[in-house]
Amino acid sequence: MEEILNLLQENARLSVSDIAAMTKKTTDEVQAVISKLEKDGVILKYATIVNPEKIENPGDKVKAEIEIQVQPEREHGFDALAERIYKYPQVKSVYLMSGGYDLKVVIEGESLQEVAFFVSRKLSTLDGVRSTKTHFFLKTYKENDVLYVDEKKDNREGVTA
Amino acid sequence: MSNNRTDRFSKKMLEIAPSGIRKFFDLVIGRDDIISLGVGEPDFPTPWVMREEAYYHLEQGHTSYTSNWGLQELRDEIAKYLSQYDLHYNSQDEVLVTIGVSEGIDAALRAILNPGDEIIICEPCYVSYQPLADLCDTKLIHLDTSKTGFYPTAEDIEKVITPKTKALMLCSPSNPTGCMIPVSELKAIAEVVKKHEIWVLSDEVYCELVYEDHKHVSIGSLPGMKDYTIVLNGFSKAFAMTGWRIGFMSGPADLMDQVHKLHQYSAICAPIMSQYAALEGLKNGWKEVERMRVSYQQRRNLMYKAFINMGLPTIEPEGAFYIFPDIRKTGLTSAEFATELIEKYKVAVVPGSVFGAAGEGFIRCCYATDINKIKEALNRMAQMVSEHSSVSAQLPKA
Repeated sequence: MEEILNLLQENARLSVSDIAAMTKKTTDEVQAVISKLEKDGVILKYATIVNPEKIENPGDKVKAEIEIQVQPEREHGFDALAERIYKYPQVKSVYLMSGGYDLKVVIEGESLQEVAFFVSRKLSTLDGVRSTKTHFFLKTYKENDVLYVDEKKDNREGVTA
Repeated sequence: MSNNRTDRFSKKMLEIAPSGIRKFFDLVIGRDDIISLGVGEPDFPTPWVMREEAYYHLEQGHTSYTSNWGLQELRDEIAKYLSQYDLHYNSQDEVLVTIGVSEGIDAALRAILNPGDEIIICEPCYVSYQPLADLCDTKLIHLDTSKTGFYPTAEDIEKVITPKTKALMLCSPSNPTGCMIPVSELKAIAEVVKKHEIWVLSDEVYCELVYEDHKHVSIGSLPGMKDYTIVLNGFSKAFAMTGWRIGFMSGPADLMDQVHKLHQYSAICAPIMSQYAALEGLKNGWKEVERMRVSYQQRRNLMYKAFINMGLPTIEPEGAFYIFPDIRKTGLTSAEFATELIEKYKVAVVPGSVFGAAGEGFIRCCYATDINKIKEALNRMAQMVSEHSSVSAQLPKA
């Protein structure tokens, strides 16, 4: 099961028959494992990782990370506030952190103004939010194991002993 | 003014044929429309921890010679590594760091062979064994392993042993077939070796790349075999370090005395940054080695299944990153098959005949290649095989 999951995490477009050949299982066995992983919510979705810098008309998306200090609620801890935050479509990721702040929120907007507006009007006014610190992303080099910069992949000589 | 002297080259060297791989290399060079399954090295770069370590030592200005034997810390770590295979060598005078396994083979052969000695080479095998042995004025005994599952049997070895036999060359897991010598056979071979008191040169460079339940056993670890065995190994394959040129050899101290002299005069020492990178690999590189091994295993499985589906008889390789299908049903020789495959289907493989006469009728395909390229190459090969099969089926039987 773990091997199939690893293969899909690396390349979600591998076919069931390829995975079956690579892991020496039947296609039925592989399909059953994948179905179970999907049903149990282990596999959440299959998506495509895009390098925004290479899109011809990318628009002017801006991305920011916001560090939020929170006053936790007696009964719900951090979860209730986290939920109110992650429901906004602009919010791409929400993490509970250890250290100097509590929630790390990554948001994406069409412009600097839009992000600023969202932070000042929506996030910082939520009950329980004590402070926010906003950092804008300037360039992505690597994200989730994927390089966003070009590296020549195969330097090998064509035929060697 | 050109030098017209007719004897200006060594006769010995003139007799050495260039590697049969050269022709196929020339067909591929500069072409990016060809998918190559003809390489003999990993498709991963060296793990970053090791590259970074070399970088650090360059920054520190560690650019000198090392001891001829190699850095003591590295030899200590190599001795520790070998002990996991029940190979016990003193890191002071029984472990030598070499410029890849290739230098080790050359040095070992020159340290033990006299003109007229015989050496048994189990074919198909890596391309350098024969020419390097030829340089020592020895008689080569070619042992054909193609009928015994691509590994030599003790019985076949004993049949060709004469009073002049000095050495036996083994490689398990094997380049070009990926086959391993079963432990029971290895034990029988060890008995023959001890009985006739010959050297075994054991090329174990693929020993970390073994699949499923297969375990590498070194012939040098079998009872009483240390005095007869030269263990040759290196970092090129498992640690993806081909370009660093770094390996090692181990043997009994009296042999290593002789080898050490040769190494001292011909090489001085292995490159220092390669030694530091290799040391880091032995300490902190194993997780990466395992990640690469699993990836080769998956690609091996895919390729093996594809060749079986093409109807090409193929032994499932147990190690290395090569597979060696039998292409005789196409009616072509290995060289004809490989040439047509490059020219018409734009896929490069190495004809088995390059690895000795016993490799004729087979091709070597390397699965250390991107999975999508492997799939495309396999599709193209299947097309070629099916075209030739239908042609040969129509021909009247000779």
